[in-house]
Amino acid sequence: MKKTLNTLLFALLASVSFGSMANTEVHLDKAPINLRDTESLQRGAQTFANYCLSCHGAVAMRYNRLTDIGLTEDQIKANLMFPTDKVGDLMKVSMQAKDAKDWFGATPPDLSVISRSRGADYLYTYLRSFYRDDTRPTGWNNLTFDKVGMPNVLWDLQGQQVLEVKKEGEHERKTLKLIKSGSLTKTAENGAFDQTEFDHRVADLVNYMVYMGEPAQVKREQIGYGILLFLLFFMIPISYLLKKEYWRDIH
Amino acid sequence: MSKAQEMGQQALNWVDERFPLTSTWKAHISEYYAPKNFNFWYFFGSLAMLVLVIQIVTGIFLTMNYKPDGSLIPGTNISVAFASVEYIMREVSGGWLIRYMHSTGASMFFVVVYLHMFRGLIYGSYQKPRELIWVFGMMIYLCLMAEAFLGYLLPWGQMSFWGAQVIVNLFSSLPIIGPDLSVLIRGDFVVSDATLNRFFALHVIALPLVLLALVVAHLVALHEVGSNNPDGVEIKKKKDPKTGIPLDGIPFHPYYTIKDIFGVSVFLAVFSAIIFFAPEMGGYFLEHPNFDPADALKTPAHIAPVWYFTPFYAILRAVPSFLGTQVWGVLAMGAATMIIAALPWLDKSPVKSIRYRGPIYKTMLTLFVIAFIGLGILGAIPSTNVRTVIAQVLSVVYFVFFLGMPIYTKMDKTKPVPDRVTMH
Amino acid sequence: MSDQQVDNSKRRFLLIATGVAGAVAGAGVATPFIASFFPSERAKAAGAPVELDISKLELGQQVTTEWRGKPVWVVKRTPEMLANLPKLDSKLTDPTSADSEQPEYCNNAARSIKPEIWVALGVCTHLGCSPTFRPDLAPADLGSDWLGGFYCPCHGSKFDLAGRVYSGVPAPKNLVIPPHKYITEARLLIGDDK
Repeated sequence: MKKTLNTLLFALLASVSFGSMANTEVHLDKAPINLRDTESLQRGAQTFANYCLSCHGAVAMRYNRLTDIGLTEDQIKANLMFPTDKVGDLMKVSMQAKDAKDWFGATPPDLSVISRSRGADYLYTYLRSFYRDDTRPTGWNNLTFDKVGMPNVLWDLQGQQVLEVKKEGEHERKTLKLIKSGSLTKTAENGAFDQTEFDHRVADLVNYMVYMGEPAQVKREQIGYGILLFLLFFMIPISYLLKKEYWRDIH
Repeated sequence: MSKAQEMGQQALNWVDERFPLTSTWKAHISEYYAPKNFNFWYFFGSLAMLVLVIQIVTGIFLTMNYKPDGSLIPGTNISVAFASVEYIMREVSGGWLIRYMHSTGASMFFVVVYLHMFRGLIYGSYQKPRELIWVFGMMIYLCLMAEAFLGYLLPWGQMSFWGAQVIVNLFSSLPIIGPDLSVLIRGDFVVSDATLNRFFALHVIALPLVLLALVVAHLVALHEVGSNNPDGVEIKKKKDPKTGIPLDGIPFHPYYTIKDIFGVSVFLAVFSAIIFFAPEMGGYFLEHPNFDPADALKTPAHIAPVWYFTPFYAILRAVPSFLGTQVWGVLAMGAATMIIAALPWLDKSPVKSIRYRGPIYKTMLTLFVIAFIGLGILGAIPSTNVRTVIAQVLSVVYFVFFLGMPIYTKMDKTKPVPDRVTMH
Repeated sequence: MSDQQVDNSKRRFLLIATGVAGAVAGAGVATPFIASFFPSERAKAAGAPVELDISKLELGQQVTTEWRGKPVWVVKRTPEMLANLPKLDSKLTDPTSADSEQPEYCNNAARSIKPEIWVALGVCTHLGCSPTFRPDLAPADLGSDWLGGFYCPCHGSKFDLAGRVYSGVPAPKNLVIPPHKYITEARLLIGDDK
């Protein structure tokens, strides 16, 4: 009886998981996230302010919150903001929403919590997967998000990639090849390219976006250690001993 | 007696002459006799009360800063409601902690309640004379599902919006009254700001009041009859002739109040581990698509209800449309929820506890557990042809567990039930 | 059974220990809830100090800005206005500003950092209306010995050009001077003086 039931349970789980082989998701590179690396977060914040805030807002984020990642208010004002803005302001977008819709077809989404809805790996892969495509209005397409309305804002850092499609039997293999270098990438004569520095910069940017998605993360975990230590080593043992002592009456 | 104690006693006497304070304390706590053999499964009732208190307190503080307004902040794709949640997370001191307590508490409420219901299942706690406790409990369960559904709309994320859209549209499949009923629920032709505002009022005050009243009724009914126990033995049948106290009974205070403190400590450790280290729980407690602000023009690729609804959602999806209407799936889902309430009348076994039941019941219960968990998994993932067939099979198992009970519980070979409780 | 005496003292110890653990847990749980009552980042940002450019401020002119939801006046007082201030001392409730609210660097006769630039909250100390600026001398409605000041239309309180309240009017105290400082000669920071 037990054997039959076990076989049934196994069969159920197996069939459920086999069903999931029908997944056609794009492969995502792993984003190296380290929220305790304040220098990476600072570089990411600067990249974000320089490249993203002209079209995207991050209206849940206040500039003065960046003191979290080791910047002083003066540094924030000097490096990340327009002179007329106050350090207590929210990270609003420079562009008008109506213009955005006219120029790009869609309002660029707010980025405050984008890392929580798409995930770090998606953002890291997306920002490095743009390629030249003259069929698109912006001249750019993206391997992770087909026919995206956003142009490759980081092109001056990355350079230009093109899409190469190879047929392997039934499947098509799509890869990206860097044909022109940017300020953070190198191409060599034999066609090899080195995107390491660019990858690091994008990692910093995504690191910052993960921080921005939930600024209280690091503090949350720190408090959590304290609370769990208190519960596991004090509250639980002492209440257990109290219970045992009173229940001696019953046993 | 010291002067302070004397004055305290006088104050207490003054109150007791005007209000049944000490008599209530005695009747329901210090001289309420519960069976002495409660095990692990008996923690979940008091834990459910704790989670209810947690949800109410955290809810009150969230309401101080949340704004139920679906209009967009000019120049962005974010609504005032969505932004107010992020305001709580970032700008209100301690706000992130209060928010996570509430979102984790919502899921933990269902974990605790499902385990609490399972205890009722395995020990036959719904059998006579405890049918009404079970019925009140089922009403609490239904209100809890409604409360969770209403609350989930409030962050006004993609999943909030589209989940509500789908569920309210279910009502429109009901014959004749369906479409009008849906408009009445929404207050509009699609889920909109009107829906958000009324769901807010229902979630914050209407349903919590109903829940509290039902919990009181549930406990009053329980205390009228006395608790069941893992052996299914009625302890009131064997009382001490001198005192009238059940031989297998112990006063709730101090034995179960103190035992419950331990249970609460362990629960808080689990609760804290989740809140501080994994509040999203892999996307099951806080879903990733819900961090995208609601967009009426863009439907997410996968709309799935929150995990605690998935078994019933799987049943809904498994039933195909007959005669040009989808209403059969809706009816099946409703029946699946309601049939649990019929247990006291479906179970014809002379024996309460699984410890003394026969092999047929044990097999059926195991199949039921597999079906419930299996349906839960299937309800959370996209459906395929293969998965739909499995869901259909499991749905049949689910219903057969209940509908077959009058037959198989009668023919099952039970073991003799002892006179006195056993301490396992 | 076992020795009751030992049982009781052990029980008391464990009850106290559990009580202490519970109290600590209670304090911990209460913390975020009480903290949430304090002004949020949004409230603090909205209440942040305000900058004001006074390079275009003319002699005898009043300009109004806002800080923490209240009007803030800046008046460029003429030498005559300043000279008239001591003449009014006998008509005032608190001529030395002993009972009124101002930063210690404004605890002087002119109630300002620099004599000619005067900064104050434009809120009547009676019930909170905003008085009108009346620099005109001897108008019909305020009498021939009016040497310039502020008149509150709600209940008739009068203040001089240093915000000091006249005696015999409903308002009890002189106008409040907020903390402020000069960022540059022509730029004031109102709301902070550090």
